Amino acid sequence: MLENAIKDLLYKIADDQLILGHRNSEWTGFGPMLEEDIAFSSMAQDKLGHSLAFYTLLHQMGEGDPDTVAFMRNADQFHNSQLVELPIGEYDFSLIRHFLYDNAEILRFESLSQSTNEEIAKIATKLKGEVRYHVLHANTLVKQLGSATQESISRLQQSLEYALPFALGIFEPSKHEQELIDAGIYSGEAALQNQWLERISAVLEKTHLKLPEIANLQPVYGGRYGQHTEHLQPLLDEMAEVFKIDPTAEW
Amino acid sequence: MLTPEHIRDFLDEVKDPEIPVLSLNDLGVITGIEVAEDGFVTVRMTPTFAGCPAMEYMRAEVEQSLKRHGVQAFTVQMSFSEPWNSNKISEKGRKALKEFGLAPPQPYQGILVLDILEYAECPNCHSTNTEMRTPFGPTLCRSMHFCLNCRQLFEQFKPL
Ligand SMILES: [Zn+2]
Repeated sequence: MLENAIKDLLYKIADDQLILGHRNSEWTGFGPMLEEDIAFSSMAQDKLGHSLAFYTLLHQMGEGDPDTVAFMRNADQFHNSQLVELPIGEYDFSLIRHFLYDNAEILRFESLSQSTNEEIAKIATKLKGEVRYHVLHANTLVKQLGSATQESISRLQQSLEYALPFALGIFEPSKHEQELIDAGIYSGEAALQNQWLERISAVLEKTHLKLPEIANLQPVYGGRYGQHTEHLQPLLDEMAEVFKIDPTAEW
Repeated sequence: MLTPEHIRDFLDEVKDPEIPVLSLNDLGVITGIEVAEDGFVTVRMTPTFAGCPAMEYMRAEVEQSLKRHGVQAFTVQMSFSEPWNSNKISEKGRKALKEFGLAPPQPYQGILVLDILEYAECPNCHSTNTEMRTPFGPTLCRSMHFCLNCRQLFEQFKPL
């Protein structure tokens, strides 16, 4: 049924934003420079706002209310890609994850802004404008640091090689793939992945970083079907803890 | 008899808490005002940035303002059905931003291209010889720029 297929797609998007939003917020007060501290905190706020927009849409489609859905599920009920749940690590990793993720996200929103589902199209049109700033930020910093010192280049290269198989997991096909494409909801994961590779290659070409041969990589799948690393549940517990203390707290 | 125009006038008193010179009307976040036969008032709003923490505050302020003016039966709805973009900031709003020391967003047609994101006119010396330092400022709606003419850092209300 198309409705279930759409819900599955919206959960993927909302859960990615929620989890990455919480991860980004862990940089608050710890950024390597004040500017980056502010950038990651701002992006965290944006992403939490984006997840709320999609949970609200899901609620209108008959799913639970956004607070319950965001804070009361267990890891195996989450549809986020494993990339976003990984700990923030060093700044290099967080920057590379942000670069890989947001370049994918903007393409997803661009595709959804053309969706035959009007509600989704409206939200995607609005949010892609906000994500454009995230992409601008990521691309600018990757270009700078990816051509700066030998150390910054090699650290970013290492993070890139580590993160890439997880990033391919963003595009894990769903069992509803063809139904969504046929109904004109969006262009599908395979098409998004191809466009994404072009976009990130174009940025990396302007740096000293090398994009590993994609065909040789084993994508990390499972996240979209509720299989997660050991890092997700502790994060969810922490989020639920804050929510239980003050259910009225702002997102 | 209350009309939508009356309500719009009331909402002129409600300001963006992060930019107290800008009313919600001038910010462009009020997307609809209806007064039903029986006097029931519906105000529709849409967020500037989806994650903007000031939106809930603004909604509450709208409710307060309606109450203050004796409106008893009303609802204030927040939705994306008419999404906000920075072209919705009024001329008056743009002037107010400038006087506040915040560069207004450059109006644009069609798709927002990178050039417009990075373009800003310095609110101090009006030079356009400026560069973007970072797309993230003290609030979600502001970016940071540097004026190469008067060599001062300034903020812009982001085009979106
Ligand atoms: Zn100047």
